[in-house]
Amino acid sequence: MSVEIYTPQAFHRQAHDALGNPQIRGNFRKAMDGLMTKRRDIFNDWDLETLRELGANIRLRALAKLPDLLEQLEANCQANGIQMHWAEDGDQACRIIREICQARGAKSVIKGKSMVSEEMHLNAHLEEAGIEALESDLGEYLVQLNEQTPSHIIMPAIHLNTDEISDILHDKTGTERTRDVDYMTAAARQQLRERFMSADVGVSGVNFAVAETGTLCLVENEGNGRMTTTVPPVHIAVTGIEKVVEHLRDVAPLYALLTRSATGQHVTTYFNLINSPRKRGERDGPEEVHLVLVDNGRSSIYQDDELLDTLRCIRCGACMNHCPVYTRVGGHTYGTTYPGPIGSILMPHMLGLEATQDLPSASSLCGACGEVCPVKIPIPDLLVRLRKEAVGEGRGNVLGAGVKRNKKEVAAWKSWQWMATHPGAWRGGTAIAGKLQVMMPAKLGPWTDYRTMPKPAKTSLHALMKRHRQEKES
Amino acid sequence: MSARDTILRRLRERTDGPLAAPKSDFAVVTGRGWSHDERLERFERWITSVHGEVIHTQRDNWLEVLSQVVSAKSIRRLALGREHPVAAEVRMELAASELKLVDSDRDVEGWQRELFEQVDAGLTSVRGAIAETGSLWLWPTQDEPRQLSLVPPIHIAVLDASSIEDTLFDVIEAHGWSQQMPTNALLISGPSKTADIEQTLAYGVHGPKELVVIVRH
Repeated sequence: MSVEIYTPQAFHRQAHDALGNPQIRGNFRKAMDGLMTKRRDIFNDWDLETLRELGANIRLRALAKLPDLLEQLEANCQANGIQMHWAEDGDQACRIIREICQARGAKSVIKGKSMVSEEMHLNAHLEEAGIEALESDLGEYLVQLNEQTPSHIIMPAIHLNTDEISDILHDKTGTERTRDVDYMTAAARQQLRERFMSADVGVSGVNFAVAETGTLCLVENEGNGRMTTTVPPVHIAVTGIEKVVEHLRDVAPLYALLTRSATGQHVTTYFNLINSPRKRGERDGPEEVHLVLVDNGRSSIYQDDELLDTLRCIRCGACMNHCPVYTRVGGHTYGTTYPGPIGSILMPHMLGLEATQDLPSASSLCGACGEVCPVKIPIPDLLVRLRKEAVGEGRGNVLGAGVKRNKKEVAAWKSWQWMATHPGAWRGGTAIAGKLQVMMPAKLGPWTDYRTMPKPAKTSLHALMKRHRQEKES
Repeated sequence: MSARDTILRRLRERTDGPLAAPKSDFAVVTGRGWSHDERLERFERWITSVHGEVIHTQRDNWLEVLSQVVSAKSIRRLALGREHPVAAEVRMELAASELKLVDSDRDVEGWQRELFEQVDAGLTSVRGAIAETGSLWLWPTQDEPRQLSLVPPIHIAVLDASSIEDTLFDVIEAHGWSQQMPTNALLISGPSKTADIEQTLAYGVHGPKELVVIVRH
């Protein structure tokens, strides 16, 4: 299996390759069809619209009070004994985590699933500092063994099928080649248990950080999140600044929405609420707990009333599962940490539109992503907004705004606008276009790669109608 | 200026001005109005749907049932607390049996490898359960620490039927969680599982492979 580096700049080539790869097409089709059905069925007993409304309101309320809630979170975490850190970008967050590790003389880190740590390339940073970072979520472990990155935010190894996973485990860990999923799962359990015991530091993400109580909530099925945050002597949690919620009761509806939207489960096996390091007299749990709050472009998104909705996201991945583009090309094609519709509205802020200019266009604007979003993010509207930003017609407040602006295209549309608002010129122009139709170019840039070039009619509709009326009158 | 101050200043001096906070109506996650029997039925239906085992017993014969579970599952080493009435009753009843009782009320550093490699099952009390999702809720203690319900391959949880409530929201509100959170609060809904290998469900990936809930009536 070849290991490839994917970039957002190469979106078109990667999409072309993925579309021509029956393995990828098959793996995603099967997985996403199943996830769509499961999600639909699991909400049967619910007043879904009311629940979504509540989820959206909770997230909007948290964002409305964001700076105050972050301060409240900090104060309550500190009162609970959790050490707080703030990072403006991914590099700073990596340095903070490395320094905590080095202060403990740590040589090995075991990681729970965390998309923010992917976003800041934490593993590579730690390894450069001589600290081994091992993923403990089974899917993440498999993609790490395969020297890949996740292709989905909830199911990191969804692009691999059983045979491929069997090969990876056989090649990298010496297990037998098999299609027996229980055997492979048991092998991974055995391999990772030893590492949980020997790790110096556990790193995890955070699903919800509760300002009211200074609580870090973790949603998971495997128990690796609990192991990571309980067994090693130090636990470092890392999260984006937008993950804060105001009250503990706010997590109840969000948790209900998250598990059902993500994988069609009514609940996950574990919901872990962490409040403090091991207290005096307690028998297990880490001696130190740290929380690293990462900005990395989020405070820029926060400035704009429209773009702000991006920050409501609770990272369920439902938009990906239902996106006709994602389900055909897969997550790696996007070349970014967050793929699919949410990635297409989030990554331009993190990497700038220069690098990600094709992502907002990687959508049919069918609206499925917006319809399934549990917190009602108007994703299609945001995709259109970013398309406008890319061609220099938005507010210009997104990094790299205007990068796709093409002088010829602008001139062509301006001429069109002028013609369409001057009836004489329009009639003359369409008459000439009809007469000269043989001279029209056969292709119109990439637009005609998959479309037939339109041909102006010999006689315009106006002329036809005029003739029709004359004939009727005579 | 520190990163903290820079981030907070940017958030406070927002270009598009202050935001209005909408109100939240939580009615959709509460007020189920289920009877005791409905709660029990729902709890059992959901937790068994994710591979949890439910065994019903009476308050006065639950230890007999536990002995049968221990024997049926060939449990030879059972880790448990000492002070909680559940653990204390088990110790009284099973002290004379061949079952080796392993103390969980000691610092994990002294018995980490034993816990990971030799203990067959961990037994814990639970504070209650949630009917809507088939979840147990636990606040691990010095007596019954966090790893007791996580590391051994079998987790036996002892639940009183009267302590099942409707929803997570109800539990958080009724028990005043926000005023007194412990070091770690947990919901457990079934044994550890994964579907990371081509969406095929497998149990016991990192945590327990089996979850047995003894429901005492």
